[in-house]
Amino acid sequence: MAIIYTSQDQIEVYRFSLPAAILIPLIAVFLQAFLPLRLHFMSVFDLPLLVTIFFAVARRSPVSGLLTGALIGLLQDSLSHHPLGLYSIAKTVVGYGASSLGVKLDVENIGSRFLLTLVFYVVHEVVYFVVARALVGLTLQWSWLHELGSGFANAVLAVALFAVLDKFKQRA
Amino acid sequence: MDTFLTRYRNVTILVIVLFLQVIGLAVQVRRSSDNESSRLIRVWAVSAVSPLERGIVGLQRGMANLWHNYIYLRGVRQENRDLKAEIERLRLEQVRFMDDAEQARRLQLLLGFKEQFISRTVAAQVIGASGSQQSQSVFLDKGSREGIAPDMAVVTADGIVGKVLRVFGGRPLESSVSEVLLINDQTSGVGAILERSRTQGVIHGSPSGDVVLDNIMADEDVKPGDVVLSSGGDQIFPKGLPVGTVASVSRGKGAFLHIRVRPAANLTRLEEVLVITQKQEREPSLTEKSVRAADILSRRLPSVPDQPEGSTIPGAPGATTPGATKTPVAGSPGASGAQGPVSAASVNNATPKEAGQKPGQNPAAKPPQAPAAHTTSSPNPPRADLTHQTDKPE
Repeated sequence: MAIIYTSQDQIEVYRFSLPAAILIPLIAVFLQAFLPLRLHFMSVFDLPLLVTIFFAVARRSPVSGLLTGALIGLLQDSLSHHPLGLYSIAKTVVGYGASSLGVKLDVENIGSRFLLTLVFYVVHEVVYFVVARALVGLTLQWSWLHELGSGFANAVLAVALFAVLDKFKQRA
Repeated sequence: MDTFLTRYRNVTILVIVLFLQVIGLAVQVRRSSDNESSRLIRVWAVSAVSPLERGIVGLQRGMANLWHNYIYLRGVRQENRDLKAEIERLRLEQVRFMDDAEQARRLQLLLGFKEQFISRTVAAQVIGASGSQQSQSVFLDKGSREGIAPDMAVVTADGIVGKVLRVFGGRPLESSVSEVLLINDQTSGVGAILERSRTQGVIHGSPSGDVVLDNIMADEDVKPGDVVLSSGGDQIFPKGLPVGTVASVSRGKGAFLHIRVRPAANLTRLEEVLVITQKQEREPSLTEKSVRAADILSRRLPSVPDQPEGSTIPGAPGATTPGATKTPVAGSPGASGAQGPVSAASVNNATPKEAGQKPGQNPAAKPPQAPAAHTTSSPNPPRADLTHQTDKPE
C-alpha cells in the first residue's frame, strides 16, 4: 500500500534570477499589447495573468505573489486608458490566492495547473468586473459562457506556457 | 498586537496593498483629469514597451517590403493593367464629381457656409494596443515631437478611427508615442449623421467592443446599409468623413433606437493612420485652389502617365472637359491635382493593395457620391474636405 506524505517540508520553493523576474513579466505585457494587433483572437488571452499565477505558485510566498501581481497589473493598467488600479487590484488578489493555494497543492502537474488557471482567471475577471463597476463606473457586460470559455483557453495556454517557464526556475 | 500581526502578516499586507490601490483608484476617479496624477507611471510603462514594439513593427515592415517589392512580384503586370483600367474608370467618375463639387461650392458661397478644410496631417504607424478587451486604444509611433496633441482626429483612407488621448515625447522617452482612443471604446463619443435621412446622433462603443449610434428617436427612418458620416458637431472630426454603415437596427431603451454600426475603418487591423493636426475653417471661394473631397480621394490612387494627345475614351461623359484630363482650369479642383499635396497612400508610395484596399474597392469611388446626394437632398451640402498637406512619414 502506497503511503502519501504531505508534509509542508516536501514542498519545493523556487526563485528566479533577476533578469528572468523582470523580463518575463515585461515580455508578457508587451506580447499582450502587441499580438492582438496582428492576431485578433489573441486578445482572449491574458498573458500577464498567467505569468502572475506562475510566479505566485512557484515562489509559494503570499507576500511575494501579491506584490508581483500588483506590479504586473500596474504595468498592464498603464497601457490602458482607464485609471490605474483595475488590473492591479485583480492581480494582487490572484497573486495572493495562487501563492496561498500553491503551498497546499501540488501545482507541478498538468491537471492542477489547468484547474488553478481556470479558477483564478474567473476570480480575476470577477474582481475586475466588481472594481470597474463599483469604483470606476464602467459599464461592463458579464457573460458566464464567455468568461468560462476564455478561462478554458487561458488554462490550456497556461499548461504549455508554464512548461516553458519552468526552465527559468531555480531551487531556493 | 505583535502576535496578531505576526500571525496574520500575509493577510495584513494584502489588506494594506489593496487599501492603497483602492485609495489611489478613488483619487484618480475623483479628479476629472487623471492624466497628470498617473502620467509618470504611464510614461515609464510606455517607454518600457514601445521601443520593443517599434523595433518589431519596423522589422516586420522591412521584411514585408523586401518580400513584396523584390521577391514576390508574381502577377504584378496583370495587377498593373487592372489598376490602369480602374484609374481610367475613376477619372471618368471624377469628371462627373467635379461638376457636382463646383455646383456645391457655388451653393455654399451663395448661402455663406463656412467650410472646414484639413490642412495638415501626420502619417503614423500603429505599434501597439492596450492589451485589454475593456480598453479599446492603440499606440502610434508619432507623438508630441511631430505636432500631435490630445483631441486630434485620427483617420484612415476608409474612415475615422478615433481621437488622440495622450501624447508622450521628450524625456524620459527617447521617441515620441501617442495613445489613440478608438471609436469602439465605450468612453468615446463622435458626432455622427446619417447620410440618407440627415438624422444626427452620437457614435460610441459598447462594452462588447461594437460601435453603436445613439440618440436616434425610434420614429426615425433608419435602415441597415445606411451610411453614417461624421457630423462635425464634436469639434474633433471634420464633417463628412465616413464613420461606417448601419449593420442592424432594433428598438432600444425608451424612445430611442439601438443601431449597431459597422465601422468603415477596420479597427481590429489598423496599421497606418493619419492624424489630423491642423484644420481650417473659411468661407468657400470660387477662385481659390481649394481641394475637395473628390479630388483628394481620387489622388489616393497611384499616379499614371498622361494619355497621348487626342486619346479620348469613347462614350465618356466628360471626355471633352479639359480640367479632367490634360489642362486643368485654374481654381478648379483638377488644377492642383498634379502638383498638389499628397495623401497617406501616395506619401507611402502605396498601391491600393498595399494600403489595404482591393483594386475594385478603392474608397475613392465611394465618398465622392456624398456631394451629389447632398446637393439634391438637402440645401446643406456637407462633405469631407480632406487633406491639403500630409507630412511624410519617416
